[in-house]
Amino acid sequence: MQAKWEVFYEKFITYDGWRTVVDGLVATLEISVFGLIIGIVLGTIIAAVKVMPKTNIFVRLLSLICDVYVGFFRGTPIVVQLLVGYFVLFPALDVRISALNAAIAIFGMNSGAYVSEIMRSGIQAVDGGQLEAARAVGLSFTTSMVKVVIPQAVKNILPTLGNEFIVLIKETSVASFITVVDITKAFKDIGSSNYEYIIPYLMLAAIYLVLVMIITFAIKLLERRLARVDRRS
Amino acid sequence: MIDVVDLSKSFGKLQVLRSITETIKDGEKVAIIGPSGSGKSTFLRCLNCLEDPTSGSIFFEGKDLADLRVDINLSRRHIGMVFQQFNLFNNKTVMGNITLAPVLVAKSERRKAMRHNTFAAVTNLFSKKKKEKLPVKSKKAIKAEAEENAMRLLERIGLADKAASYPSTLSGGQKQRIAIVRALAMNPKVMLFDEPTSALDPEMVGEVLELIKQVADEGMTMVIVTHEMGFAREVADRILFMDNGIILEQGTPEDIFTNPKQPRLKEFLSKVL
Repeated sequence: MQAKWEVFYEKFITYDGWRTVVDGLVATLEISVFGLIIGIVLGTIIAAVKVMPKTNIFVRLLSLICDVYVGFFRGTPIVVQLLVGYFVLFPALDVRISALNAAIAIFGMNSGAYVSEIMRSGIQAVDGGQLEAARAVGLSFTTSMVKVVIPQAVKNILPTLGNEFIVLIKETSVASFITVVDITKAFKDIGSSNYEYIIPYLMLAAIYLVLVMIITFAIKLLERRLARVDRRS
Repeated sequence: MIDVVDLSKSFGKLQVLRSITETIKDGEKVAIIGPSGSGKSTFLRCLNCLEDPTSGSIFFEGKDLADLRVDINLSRRHIGMVFQQFNLFNNKTVMGNITLAPVLVAKSERRKAMRHNTFAAVTNLFSKKKKEKLPVKSKKAIKAEAEENAMRLLERIGLADKAASYPSTLSGGQKQRIAIVRALAMNPKVMLFDEPTSALDPEMVGEVLELIKQVADEGMTMVIVTHEMGFAREVADRILFMDNGIILEQGTPEDIFTNPKQPRLKEFLSKVL
């Protein structure tokens, strides 16, 4: 064990391995935070389309597009989406972006599909009378959703949304498939430089665990803050 | 005020309203009574198109609300609605509930005025016919005005101290009175009440009916679906008895309650009175 520590120490400190790790951690956080933001925006829009009353052909068409979108992103593995997006679709469409940005975009779109389902269930859990009352005072469907229904839906789904963030952070560990150096890749490189994997991989697991624990705590705080609305008199 | 012509409504195969034609006059208070499932709530909800009519027309201020090309949101601003389940916005304070729609409407008017002014400034350069500029209120003034108005309404119902509270902390009676005030804040031309006291504890029914009566006395045009026969008798100018999707009998409260003609109405009254 002593020897393993020394090998790791040499690589990590003496040869500046920690810099790669910090950069990797930043990349992991960037992909999951921006991915989640894109996911929430996309997911909310898709969910709003899905709950729109299907009165005209335009809404039906939109709804169909959303179905196909959600179907694709939930029906294929994220690794396949990364590979197809970065190596096939983006070059074909002549979109030139860095591997990191590509990962953010693809993880965002992927998470959008999942968030849309979460958001839809949240919107449907809000009492229908809320939308009716907003429409009855003359607000449009969109304004009613934005001002009345979605804020209540978000409060309902906050725990689930936090879960999605946790899943997303863990899923980003496959980002290295498209050459992104995230924290997993950074530790993998340290390990493979001298074939001593035990310490780097255990450390990697510990870092993910700490990240997830911090997020869990933050969500609890946020939830408690939002719950105050129900109690304050 | 509202002209209903040949209104029918079906939910799938079930026909709820059968070709109803009815006029609600300016300042008139109309109460709708009838057994459950007779279509009275559906009729009321069709008046502001919360339920889209299957066929027929609803004329309000010269516009046919059943026509999908008509901007229903503009018309709904002038039609207040009070629900059985109150439906206060749970994510807003009492103040927020009352001011939400007035502020948004005023802001959209403001945007319209600003667009007009920009357009006028350009055309005035070239044309001899000068367009007048419209006044533009600041956003702060809009909010302050709406809040002042809301405060006045809250004081009137004695709930000014609840302005910062959330609906979840209020009693049913308080919620319903605030829902009425929320509708009043839009200065509606007509108010629709959908069984406003049916979800209340018995001891809170009085305060709500009292407020509705006050609003009625100020000359508001009203359509009230209710099970409170005594109240209907006292407030309404005219009572409609609905059964099985049609207006079976109508008349003054006097006629309906002391001299009913249809056997179905007699049977109904014998059960509820």
